[in-house]
Amino acid sequence: MSLGNIKIKFKVVFIASLLILSMMIYLGVKKEQPVAMLTEVNEEYFNLSSHCPPGFMLNENNECVSRNLYQQYEYKEKKSNRGVGGLKTALPDLREGFSPQQIDLGRYLFFDPVLSGDGSVSCASCHDPNQGFSDGKALGKGIHGAKMKRSSPTLWNVGYLKNLFWDARSGSLEHQMQGPLYSEEEMGTTKEQLLNTLNTIDEYKRLFGVAFPQREKTDSINIGEIYTSIAAFESSLISLNSRYDQYAHGFHNALNENEIKGLNIFRSFVARCAECHTPPLFTNQQIAVIGTPEPDGLPFDPGAEITFKDSTRRGGFKVPSLRNIEKTAPYMHSGKFTNLRDAVEFYTKGRGHAVPENEDLFIHWHIWTPNLTELELDRLVDFLRTLTDESFKPRVPKILPSGINSQQIKS
Amino acid sequence: MLNTKGASIGKKTLFFIIILSIGFYGGYKFFAPTSEVAMVKNALYRSGASGKALLNQTKEFTGQVFEVKDGDLIMDAVIKAQPGDLIRVYPGTYSETVYVDKSDITFQGIVEGGEWPTLDGKTTLNDAFLYSGNGIHIEGFKITKYKGNGIMGQAGNNFVIRNNWIVDTGVYGIFPQYGKNGLIEYNTLTGIEDAAIYVGMCDNIDVLHNEVFGNVAGIEFENSRHCIAENNNVYDNAGGILAFITPGLPIKTTYDIIIRNNFVNENNHVNFAPPGSTVAGVPSGTGILIMAADDVIVEDNIISGNNNVGILITDFPNGGIKASRDPEADPNPDNVTILNNLMMRNGADPIDEIKVLMKTLFMKVGPDILAIGKGSGSAILNREKYVTFGIGSYGNPTKTTSYGVKTFLLDKPAEHRDITKKQLGEFTYYGVCAGCHAFNTRLIGVPTNVIQAIHTNNPQGIVDYINAPKNLREDYPEMPPQSHLSEEAKMAVAEYILGLKK
Repeated sequence: MSLGNIKIKFKVVFIASLLILSMMIYLGVKKEQPVAMLTEVNEEYFNLSSHCPPGFMLNENNECVSRNLYQQYEYKEKKSNRGVGGLKTALPDLREGFSPQQIDLGRYLFFDPVLSGDGSVSCASCHDPNQGFSDGKALGKGIHGAKMKRSSPTLWNVGYLKNLFWDARSGSLEHQMQGPLYSEEEMGTTKEQLLNTLNTIDEYKRLFGVAFPQREKTDSINIGEIYTSIAAFESSLISLNSRYDQYAHGFHNALNENEIKGLNIFRSFVARCAECHTPPLFTNQQIAVIGTPEPDGLPFDPGAEITFKDSTRRGGFKVPSLRNIEKTAPYMHSGKFTNLRDAVEFYTKGRGHAVPENEDLFIHWHIWTPNLTELELDRLVDFLRTLTDESFKPRVPKILPSGINSQQIKS
Repeated sequence: MLNTKGASIGKKTLFFIIILSIGFYGGYKFFAPTSEVAMVKNALYRSGASGKALLNQTKEFTGQVFEVKDGDLIMDAVIKAQPGDLIRVYPGTYSETVYVDKSDITFQGIVEGGEWPTLDGKTTLNDAFLYSGNGIHIEGFKITKYKGNGIMGQAGNNFVIRNNWIVDTGVYGIFPQYGKNGLIEYNTLTGIEDAAIYVGMCDNIDVLHNEVFGNVAGIEFENSRHCIAENNNVYDNAGGILAFITPGLPIKTTYDIIIRNNFVNENNHVNFAPPGSTVAGVPSGTGILIMAADDVIVEDNIISGNNNVGILITDFPNGGIKASRDPEADPNPDNVTILNNLMMRNGADPIDEIKVLMKTLFMKVGPDILAIGKGSGSAILNREKYVTFGIGSYGNPTKTTSYGVKTFLLDKPAEHRDITKKQLGEFTYYGVCAGCHAFNTRLIGVPTNVIQAIHTNNPQGIVDYINAPKNLREDYPEMPPQSHLSEEAKMAVAEYILGLKK
């Protein structure tokens, strides 16, 4: 009996000390790691975030819907003149409603070189968040060093755009991404290879099951899910908190005197920049023939003429947004201008001054000879630099579900 | 006696007259309106026959009045002004660009003894007035020698532009763009190298009682809807009144336009538009041009002496304007209705293409009305009155008058939708704060539930922190002040944060 008592007592003491010990260990661990960074935890286990990225609110259907101060300016008639005009103007419709999991899965895919033919390039190779979601090059560089014919456009606010590519040949993100994915010169893969590759990576199979819960977890990844995820991530790239935006919302001290001068030149009817680069997106999303020079040695780029089979649009390109423009040099479809000053100066050098002699282009009516002074050009550049905002820049994953730790990825 | 009596009556009368004169003089001295009192206090509160709907929105004037005198800057007053204020500008010369990124500001020029407050761009400044706010009223200014526009609005609604005198000023005289519900009346404009009054991508605009002469185009409705030009005197321009679509713009339509009771006479000025501009292609001598616009009614105008053609109705391919095509813009003018108009002496010296057309038809006189190109549903009343080409397909009108529409101005000002404080808090929290704060996770700043714990029931504490952050934690970066947010947005987001559940 006494022996049994001792045994019981020992057991009690043992369990109690274990409890105390584990509590101490827990407290110790807790002390060392106060609050773990959300995304780091995700990357360790590849758990997809259940939070929306900044700029989005999670609704009851597990969809991320955009929220920003421009939503104050919508009219009762919902579609009334959105996306064009003045400072307090609502934005056009955004591609939205993706789940947080789809957006986060898209983030992994976007940065993962496993999507390319030989595992060497990812979407981020040409759309690097640290280079304004462009690549800092005049002309893009594809797989095996292939040189592109046009400059890589930024992806900031791309979810607001109706047409994609410089020549507006695509109408949706899902359609657009098939261009670079399956181009032999860009990412050099095929639909079959892409599906095979991702379906052999267990981690991706599991993550797609989480992001697309309406189907069986064990089902293979299908191509639509890949497109949806990448589109979800791309359309989450929101930049609407620049100093210009603070000014637009009514805080006039956000811009200094020179920048306000620049704003007034920008929207004046002499420079006419704001006629096509209309706030709040700084693009009216139209095609414009402005006649910028091609880089040396490259033939004339017919641009939107091909897309629309319309010779009146020869040499026409989509008006690009100017948000984060400071971060995306060189400029124009051809990357011809290395800095903002040169890009701005183009517009005051005369209507059609850089058009080859054998071309008869339908130059846009706002391209004229505004005779801007050197000072005015400087002020325009000052203003363009107020359009910078990368506060919602997404995190580059440190490790990827494919296990590739590519040098392409800079963090 | 008679004489005396007569004399006494005469004296009495004289006495009365003197007394009365003194009384009148005294009354005049005491009660006559000084120039200031005689002026309308604020354009916003003026009621008038025209634009009645808009101007019925009268309310007590509670704003501040800023007085700007010769030698001052109008812009100094704009910077100080708050919505609802009145900026009164006295005669003098002001060389500046007045930009207005605020709403409900009234600019009132005071004209004294024929001396105007004059904005003079001295051919170096770009635009005279640039506004982006709603409810902007500009009246009583002389504007001259600017390189860009006289008065330009960018997405400002509910505007009134009245009683201005705009001379030799750049590209457009008065140019509201992307505006809804606006009134342009009693202005006089001349020497503008594009359109004197240019309504671009707007809705619900009344253009009334203006005098426009000596410009490339008089009055222009481009990619705009629900607009009327009425009682204007439009003469000696290259083109008088234009309603058309320019392709390649984000707004793709022009429709529901009334051109009524205007004088459109002798618009034979040489076209001095710069090359490349849309109106450079409008032939001199064109009274009214309708290109690709739909649902246009032309009624009770006097259209005379326009040497090319009185009314030209054309589709885009025949419009003679060199611009890229736009598959989203319908190139044809449909449902154009020409009702009673007085037309004579038009087409005396038309452009060569029309002359060729005249030869094929063995006609000696040029047209009052020329329709060329495609389009359907158009109609004309009493076609036999006019010299016409190309209206064979035009039917007899089903509508016999446009007077059912008196104004296109709205019953109520066009306003942004009403948003609740909670919505403003939501827009601010997710649109601005969420870059650094998430509910129960650390991003860059502290988790939002920690903020809740610190400031329980104290939204003002959050507002104070937003204005002047104090770095309370070593392991966190300092928050930049968010004082750029409006006072309403700060309080709204503070309350929103305290109410967040996840």
